[in-house]
Amino acid sequence: MEWLQQLVNGISLGSIYALIALGYTMVYGIIKLINFAHGDVFMLGAFIGFYAIARWDLGFFPALIIAMLLCAIIGVIIERVAYKRLRNATRIAALITAIGVSLLIEYTVIFFRGASPEAYPEVFANKSINILGANISSISIVILAVTVVLMILLHFIVHKTKIGKAMRAVSHDADAARLMGINVDNTISATFAIGSALAGAAGVIFGLYYTRIEPLMGVLPGLKAFVAAVLGGIGSIPGAMTGGLVLGVVETIVSALGYSLWRDAAAFVILILILILKPSGIFGKNTREKV
Amino acid sequence: MTEKKTLKRFASVFLTSSLIVGALAGCGSKEEGTSTDSGGSTSDDTSEVIKIGANLELSGAVASYGSSIGKGAELAVEEINAAGGIDGKKIELVKVDNKSENSEATNAAIKLATQDKVAAMIAPATSGNVIATAQIANQYKIPTVTASGTAPNVTENEDGSINDFVFRTCFIDPFQGVVAANFATEELKAKNVAIYADNSSDYAKGLAAAFKEQIEANGGTVVKEEAYVADDVDFKSTLTNIKSANPDFVFIPGYYEEVGLIVKQARELGIDVPLMGADGWDSPTLVELAGKDALNNTFITNHYSSQDPDETIQSFVDAFEAKFSEAPNAFHALGYDTVYYIVDAIKRAGSADGEAIQKALAETTDLSLITGTFSVDEKHNPVKSATVLEYVDGNQQFNSKVNP
Repeated sequence: MEWLQQLVNGISLGSIYALIALGYTMVYGIIKLINFAHGDVFMLGAFIGFYAIARWDLGFFPALIIAMLLCAIIGVIIERVAYKRLRNATRIAALITAIGVSLLIEYTVIFFRGASPEAYPEVFANKSINILGANISSISIVILAVTVVLMILLHFIVHKTKIGKAMRAVSHDADAARLMGINVDNTISATFAIGSALAGAAGVIFGLYYTRIEPLMGVLPGLKAFVAAVLGGIGSIPGAMTGGLVLGVVETIVSALGYSLWRDAAAFVILILILILKPSGIFGKNTREKV
Repeated sequence: MTEKKTLKRFASVFLTSSLIVGALAGCGSKEEGTSTDSGGSTSDDTSEVIKIGANLELSGAVASYGSSIGKGAELAVEEINAAGGIDGKKIELVKVDNKSENSEATNAAIKLATQDKVAAMIAPATSGNVIATAQIANQYKIPTVTASGTAPNVTENEDGSINDFVFRTCFIDPFQGVVAANFATEELKAKNVAIYADNSSDYAKGLAAAFKEQIEANGGTVVKEEAYVADDVDFKSTLTNIKSANPDFVFIPGYYEEVGLIVKQARELGIDVPLMGADGWDSPTLVELAGKDALNNTFITNHYSSQDPDETIQSFVDAFEAKFSEAPNAFHALGYDTVYYIVDAIKRAGSADGEAIQKALAETTDLSLITGTFSVDEKHNPVKSATVLEYVDGNQQFNSKVNP
């Protein structure tokens, strides 16, 4: 039952990629910006969750909610301070600003707390459940449950609420949306808030699952999530979910075949292949629900 | 307009004068430095102090190694000075931070050699940084001893030539691999072993190669060989692979940051056989990352144990705890020993001359220190024993001592 075990490993990893990828794809969908600071919001979420659990003695769910709320606020601040005034600038200017914001966040954190890693406290009794020969830890199940709930919630917000409708409208045509009386600035801020909150949640989950967090932890998962978003078709929400899960499983398969040193390379080979063969991604072509 | 000009002029005068003052101040202190030195540098009998430089990782990625060595060295210098120093001369420890970077390590070595004019140097903690200082040591003929640089190529170059002025207090990597393999076959009766090594460090690769050779010589089989790279966080897929090969022992050479996660994830996947590593595991962070329960039934080879019942070790532990109020780890002990090693050589050399000290260091025999009694071989490596420690509920427990 080794393959079942590997599948469980892959899905756990993939659901974290998927949560981060959602933020990338939502922001891209609405203002056509690859927000490279997104991986660092994920890192901030991990640290906020860590301090909430380790220093303020909160449980997992309060810590998760605090991390999501603070990350939402941070996301809005980043958008208002750094990106808003560049909305009509060239895309390359905005992209470089995003990289700048990313470095600023990373090194501000290092300045205040140093670069040494921190170990996440255990909030759940770590029991393994044996299903058909695969060891599934209780944490993996919580991770999967939280991810699924958040994705359902996101789907509900985008499709059933007024702000979701506004987001979809702005992503189709910002000018037309403005003419229809939609507050475009607030809608963009809301998109950043939701995307960043998801990244914050991913940070807490990552810390819980992998234990070690440090100020530069957002860089590689951030890039991988970007690959996942492109793989699924950037701008598409189901694409980001699928892309994340596929990437997680592919990486696991590469390791399982004995090529563990090639795992990171595999993710970026996928990026290159998808850009050459199908730049619009798996869900890119026929989607009508860009956000 | 004119006002602006005068302001500008004033500013420039002010700046130049402050520069000159600064330069003069610099000269002054330099002169002071040389005046005390000038008597001593040619004939050592008249100088008041013997300077020992310490080029250490006091900040940066492996700051915990460097600052630990520094503390151990401080204690040793204090003790030696209290006991009258070297033939009446006091020792002065000159610490320089190399920020855990190769280039800074070279700069620090140059500073110690040219500005502070030290008689000998304690080299950086990690092998890469020691190698970055080797050329400076050879060029200025300053004997340099690393407390914990365990890579073979620290003292021996690739072409087989020896770095004349570079020595070490610790044993070398392959030796730890051999000890681990012997421990696995003899004590744990392991037959089918797996190796999971950090592929991005020479240290771990050297250990893995030595372990593999020895375990095969002992009649064991390596059923699985896997690798990871530094900064990975997800080891589960590879560990699942290892598990399916059903090893009865897993050797994991690497550093605590990744090993902590590997041990945790291995236990989660149900790998409950003994796991073993080397001195790279030795950090309190390992216990935080892996968790106390997961660390049970794991072993490491190390330079020494603070729980060793040996009398000299216990008196060192007491002295260290009295000064720093913490139990000394292997790096503390190695830093302490390094100072005694250098001082022993200076005493035997009878002078603070670099070449004389170098000769004395190379001729060291049966020197008894905290981390073991050793003689120096022709490759400048000490031949000494290793200690095997076992983790029990998050604490290291002395298991046994293994002689070369």
